[in-house]
Amino acid sequence: MEEATLECPLKPKDFASDQEVKWCPGCGDYAVLNAVKRALAELNIKKEDATFVSGIGCSSRFPYYVDTYGFHTIHGRAAAIATGVKVANPNLSVWVASGDGDSLAIGGNHFIHAIRRNINMNLILFNNEIYGLTKGQYSPTSERGKVTKSSPHGTVEDPFNPAELALGAQGSFYARVPDTDVKLMTSVMVEAEKHQGLSLVEVLQNCVIFNDKVHAAITGKETKLDNQLILEHGQPMLFGAEKNKGLRLNGLDLEVVTIGENNITEADILIHDETLVNPTLHFMLSRMQLPEFPIAMGVIRNVNKNVYDQALHQQRADEKTNSKFASLNDLFLSGNTFKVV
Amino acid sequence: MTLKFGIQNNYKPLPFGEIREGLMKTELESVVIKFAGDSGDGMQLAGSLFTETTANIGNQIATFPDFPSEIRAPQGTVAGVSGYQIHFGKSGVHSPGDAPDVLIAMNPAALQANLHNLKPASTIIIDSDTFKKKDFEKAGFDGNPLEDNTFSDYKVIEAPITSLTKTNITDLGLDNKSMVRCKNMFALGMVYWLFNEPLEKTINFFDNKFKKLPAVCEANKRTLQSGHNYAETIEALTSSFTVLPAKKQPGTYRNITGNQAAAWGFLAAAEKAKKDLFLGTYPITPATDILHELTKHKWAGVKIVQAEDEIAGICSAIGASFAGDVAITTTSGPGMALKTEAIGLAVMTELPLVIVNVQRGGPSTGLPTKTEQSDLQQALYGRNGESPLVVLSASTPADCFDWAFEATRIALEHMTPVILLTESYIGNGAEPWKIKLTEELPDIHPRTLDSYDENWKPYDRDTEKLARQWVVPGTKGMEHRIGGLEKDECTGCVSHNPQNHAIMVATRQNKIDKIADFIPLQKYKGKDATKLLVVGWGGQFGILFGAVNDLQKEGKNIAFTHFNYINPLPKNTAEIFAKFDRILVCELNNGQFADYLRAQFPQFTYEQFNKVEGLPFKIKDLKNKFNEMLEAGNA
Ligand SMILES: Cc1ncc(C[n+]2csc(CCOP(=O)(O)OP(=O)(O)O)c2C)c(N)n1
Ligand code: SF4
Ligand SMILES: [Mg+2]
Repeated sequence: MEEATLECPLKPKDFASDQEVKWCPGCGDYAVLNAVKRALAELNIKKEDATFVSGIGCSSRFPYYVDTYGFHTIHGRAAAIATGVKVANPNLSVWVASGDGDSLAIGGNHFIHAIRRNINMNLILFNNEIYGLTKGQYSPTSERGKVTKSSPHGTVEDPFNPAELALGAQGSFYARVPDTDVKLMTSVMVEAEKHQGLSLVEVLQNCVIFNDKVHAAITGKETKLDNQLILEHGQPMLFGAEKNKGLRLNGLDLEVVTIGENNITEADILIHDETLVNPTLHFMLSRMQLPEFPIAMGVIRNVNKNVYDQALHQQRADEKTNSKFASLNDLFLSGNTFKVV
Repeated sequence: MTLKFGIQNNYKPLPFGEIREGLMKTELESVVIKFAGDSGDGMQLAGSLFTETTANIGNQIATFPDFPSEIRAPQGTVAGVSGYQIHFGKSGVHSPGDAPDVLIAMNPAALQANLHNLKPASTIIIDSDTFKKKDFEKAGFDGNPLEDNTFSDYKVIEAPITSLTKTNITDLGLDNKSMVRCKNMFALGMVYWLFNEPLEKTINFFDNKFKKLPAVCEANKRTLQSGHNYAETIEALTSSFTVLPAKKQPGTYRNITGNQAAAWGFLAAAEKAKKDLFLGTYPITPATDILHELTKHKWAGVKIVQAEDEIAGICSAIGASFAGDVAITTTSGPGMALKTEAIGLAVMTELPLVIVNVQRGGPSTGLPTKTEQSDLQQALYGRNGESPLVVLSASTPADCFDWAFEATRIALEHMTPVILLTESYIGNGAEPWKIKLTEELPDIHPRTLDSYDENWKPYDRDTEKLARQWVVPGTKGMEHRIGGLEKDECTGCVSHNPQNHAIMVATRQNKIDKIADFIPLQKYKGKDATKLLVVGWGGQFGILFGAVNDLQKEGKNIAFTHFNYINPLPKNTAEIFAKFDRILVCELNNGQFADYLRAQFPQFTYEQFNKVEGLPFKIKDLKNKFNEMLEAGNA
């Protein structure tokens, strides 16, 4: 038989690095690692073509555990560093791993600007509503009144909803997934990578040590079917153990209705369209809170928009074609020069 | 009044570190300015009012009012241009001067009329409101001269003079024509700011002349003041006025500012390294012109991210460096402070990176448009942890090219961040540059490893330079992770081992120290001298050189050495110091280089000559100090 010159497609486990994973047992970060490895395999990305960039935090240890290129940087700056990576080499598949403190507190500026510029990369936001690495202080996503080590009397500030920040910054892709659903997370990661532009994936991540069960009402086995609305593009927004609850518009507000009650049929239920340019409905979906509403999961927004790195490289190419200079020497000798003999 | 300094240059492209013989920086004795505009623009009035003011503060003057030959030449045409040239200064004003150092052109025709008579690197103030298509066509330009390369060699200040004039006086009830007529006062106000001259005399003039027309009086006075304020707000910077050299090396020259030279030096370095140039930056005076210059040259492959802040500026550059570009970031003091943590990351990850600090007066926002050398210790020590890196400085506007090139070479060949210190004075100053074609420049050899090597580890280093190799994403089989956590000296994996940390701290220091093996020895001027060694660094080179040179010509026992390599210092530094009785360190701060030398070579005594006024040294002050020290020795 001929020597096999074709490479076998990589499997998820091929993306595991030789480093021992040091997250606490039971930490939600493991699920993200699994989903990402599966997505990389499914997307057929070559190891050398992927780069993971992170800031500082438990979640930012992520790059050490993936056998691709990786850069564990400084607190809050991953998005800015990844911007440079992507602009320098647009052929790379660039991923950012970042915590809620990393991206929404110290790195908030880079976060919104990376989204605004729509740089073609994937930003995974590990939202455990706590500072894990520094052992349990409240974060910009901790709910008001949250008691933590740094807020023994409860916090006196309201949290960010990352989705609102992202949509407010004109984000082109936003998805939300619970760390308990690796299958959904994998498919969302695949969609994120396919999307041209900045793809923000918010993972509702459990920190077993400092904020255990913070998302339990959403992710708990008994409640998840009623408390999660898993959105699918082109499908009615149905949820519930019996799939008989759904969303419809009532005036300018969303409303939960039950099929079969008050003459409601499936035809009354909103169909999810992730490509709506007008973000209003996406805003409403991402703002839904328990107990009145389920929490929206899956790809909420996925629209086409100019991509920063592509436009930057297009401009370079155009300038090269149009320039009157063919070399640096042309430039140096242009304009007013004078000869001394 | 303060006159600007100029540079008289006998430019010889010498190896790095050599003193350019014959390069002189002298205090300019006089300056020529010219107001030019349409006959109706009030140029004669502006010129004569300026003359009055400047005469009043004790300057010699010669003026040359230059009216259009036709009294009613069509508006906006070259024939209709009216000009008023003033040559003023402390001494040596024997004629109205040849060409202006500062030209005020109120419309394209005024610019066209003076094109043939512009000094290289002169400053041109133009009313951008008058540069519409029909205006520049009427003036005989094919296209908008501000948008092609016509004025790339000049310091052009584009100000919307007409519209700003109007906005400031709309409430006075004047008709449009009367409002527009005030615009000459806007220009005059700007010129007063540039030369630091008082407004009082002109204000008095209007108070007397328009006693009966209070609205017109107020409109003129207000416009004068708003022109003055505008120049201050936009931080209008005059280039250092250049006196062309009497004798020069044969070759092709052009005028160049330090910021432009630095930008071109980086372009050349990237080409010589066969890599793309990446600039991540955030605007800040007086460094922004490097961004302005590089952004014109996307054709040459440069990638630019104007980031959301200085942190993102340097971080994007670090990311680009990780991904294989020649990465630079440019800033000034306050931005430098913001970049601190990220510089530490570049030290730790041993990535090539050049950080340019065009220094200005500090601390805090300080004196944004003024010059100072007070960020030296920030560059050397301003980071957490033991965090050594290379610090270089440039001497003159033109040699910013060489030092940008050299900074890039060291960064790429030694895998380290390099801080290049320039300063406002040379960044915005201009001088003739003997053009270096790319074939005259050495190749740069980045430590790239671009194919699979099964034995390679991220922190492997060679024995000569102790530098690691640069393996960038996309290289098959070489996937690895780096970061700001301490790394195992062999595997490059995260390590908290105490001995390993000690080894890595020492290794990072040794790597920088070893660079001394790859730079030229320090030179000094004055081989026979033994008494006094004048030590300088950075952009005060020309002035220091000129002062020492004058005394050497008088036969004084004085020598001069000027440092561009700050860390590491050239290997023979102590050897030179040992030859002299006294060492005087001259710098525009409170003694930062002197302190650094004390730490490096405590066996010598360092005396200091310092100035922190936001201004360059004056030759006269330096010579007084040197003479004082020389004479004290004789007593
Ligand atoms: C400049 C700087 N400030 C503060 C810290 C300390 N610090 C490290 S991680 C962190 C917060 C981590 O929280 P998050 O980003 O939510 O990540 P998690 O650990 O929860 O995954 C803080 C405050 C730091 N490393 N650097
Ligand atoms: S502290 Fe929390 S977030 Fe950090 S690894 Fe442990 S469980 Fe995960
Ligand atoms: Mg967190």
